[in-house]
Amino acid sequence: MGVTAIILIIVLVVVVVFAVVTYNGLVRRKNDTEEAYRQIDVQLKRRYDLIPNLLEGVKKYFRQEQEVLTQVTQARSRAMQPQGVGEQAQSEARLSGAIGNLFAVAESYPELRSDRVLVDFQEELSSTENKISFARQHYNDSVGSYNTKIQSFPAVIFARAMGFTEKEYFEAQGPERESVTVSYD
Amino acid sequence: MAGPAQGTFRDRIGVNRRNSLFLILAFFVFVLVLGYVIGYAWLGDPRSAIFGLVLAFVVGTIAGLVSYFAGDKMVLAASRAKEITHEDAPQLFNVVEEMSIAGGLPMPKVYIIQDSAPNAFATGRDPEHASVAVTSGLLEKLDRDELQGVVAHEMAHVGNYDIRYAMLVGILVGTTVLISDFFLRGLWFGGGRSREGGGYVQIIMVVVAIVLAILAPLFARLLQMSISRQREYLADATAVRLTRNPDGLADALQKISGDREVLEVANRATAHLYIVNPIKRFEKRAKGLFSTHPPIGERIKILRAMETGGTAESIG
Repeated sequence: MGVTAIILIIVLVVVVVFAVVTYNGLVRRKNDTEEAYRQIDVQLKRRYDLIPNLLEGVKKYFRQEQEVLTQVTQARSRAMQPQGVGEQAQSEARLSGAIGNLFAVAESYPELRSDRVLVDFQEELSSTENKISFARQHYNDSVGSYNTKIQSFPAVIFARAMGFTEKEYFEAQGPERESVTVSYD
Repeated sequence: MAGPAQGTFRDRIGVNRRNSLFLILAFFVFVLVLGYVIGYAWLGDPRSAIFGLVLAFVVGTIAGLVSYFAGDKMVLAASRAKEITHEDAPQLFNVVEEMSIAGGLPMPKVYIIQDSAPNAFATGRDPEHASVAVTSGLLEKLDRDELQGVVAHEMAHVGNYDIRYAMLVGILVGTTVLISDFFLRGLWFGGGRSREGGGYVQIIMVVVAIVLAILAPLFARLLQMSISRQREYLADATAVRLTRNPDGLADALQKISGDREVLEVANRATAHLYIVNPIKRFEKRAKGLFSTHPPIGERIKILRAMETGGTAESIG
């Protein structure tokens, strides 16, 4: 066997090992983004489940502000309907806004603010709101890391050929980020 | 052996894994050498010294394995930490859950230490086996944003494997001190030295053993102190990256460092784990070589200067 053949074999082995390592790295990052996306859904579902309990707890205190409750109920059922990605984001944002509104109104009821059960619910709901936005933040982080990876050398050479394409960021809707800062302590 | 100061999370994880392996190997070699030398010094000839070597091998292996697999439980037990569920402290549990989601990390176990001094630490061998412990004083004295900052700092330590290295340092350093102490005491009470007198070599070995046993704890202490200040700065930066809120952690650090209470359960073996050094009168010595923590003022200053949005690298 000639020297050229040996060199060729070495080069081939290096290229193959390199491709395998890069491919696995890309798969891992891609799975990370999908895992992060599922986490958002988990938290959204949790919020749908919590809302009826919260409304039940608030109902007996709210006399004038019935429409605040209706707003939340309507926003919830709209958000739960299957719809396109863009609309989904919008109705989630509307739901967050409605809940934020409800908390703001609750601030003006002293007896409500001291109701232990309600305080607990408020913590749970605020935390779920936080979790939703942190899950989105993490999704965007992992998308950023994944996109950077497939756009950088050497992955950029064959990432597309192997079916890796850039993922879209989750665009935060305006009032959403604010709604999580509602004070409750 | 702190490794490069800056860098991405992935670099940091690599450095920590390497340092941990290095630490276990160094500990093992030390135990073997000490075993041989002590065996020689006590029994007086090279063949009998093999007995010391074998004994040391067994002791070293057990200590290493126990440290790696149960070190976190030992640290938590020594700190008198009690595991909690969501019902016990909903807000703390939620905050930890939020930060594990933000960092894309598995949910760690959550512990509370009944102590009025505000402080916190994380431990475990990897993110899948991690625990976060906070004192009841921390829960009382911090508001939600501040608590979130502290928990985010701890989750940063979890994410980059600082917890494994710090845990091993605590346990192995403690074991080293214990072995040396044990030997020196044995020597003091006469030990089992042969009476025929093994000649100069045995005397030399006795001297070597004494020197080793005295130096080892000092060296171990130094290693513990060398836990990089950079890792605290990096964890602070990552915390901001997770919370997008530098003020939470900065306010928390200010409150914790301004607090005059003494954390009863902290000792020299666990002090380096905490977010703020629990051993008081520390700030005066903060600039010294022996400090496990960077000066609090410096950390707060850096945090205050951060823009929301953070510039630290991604955790994944």
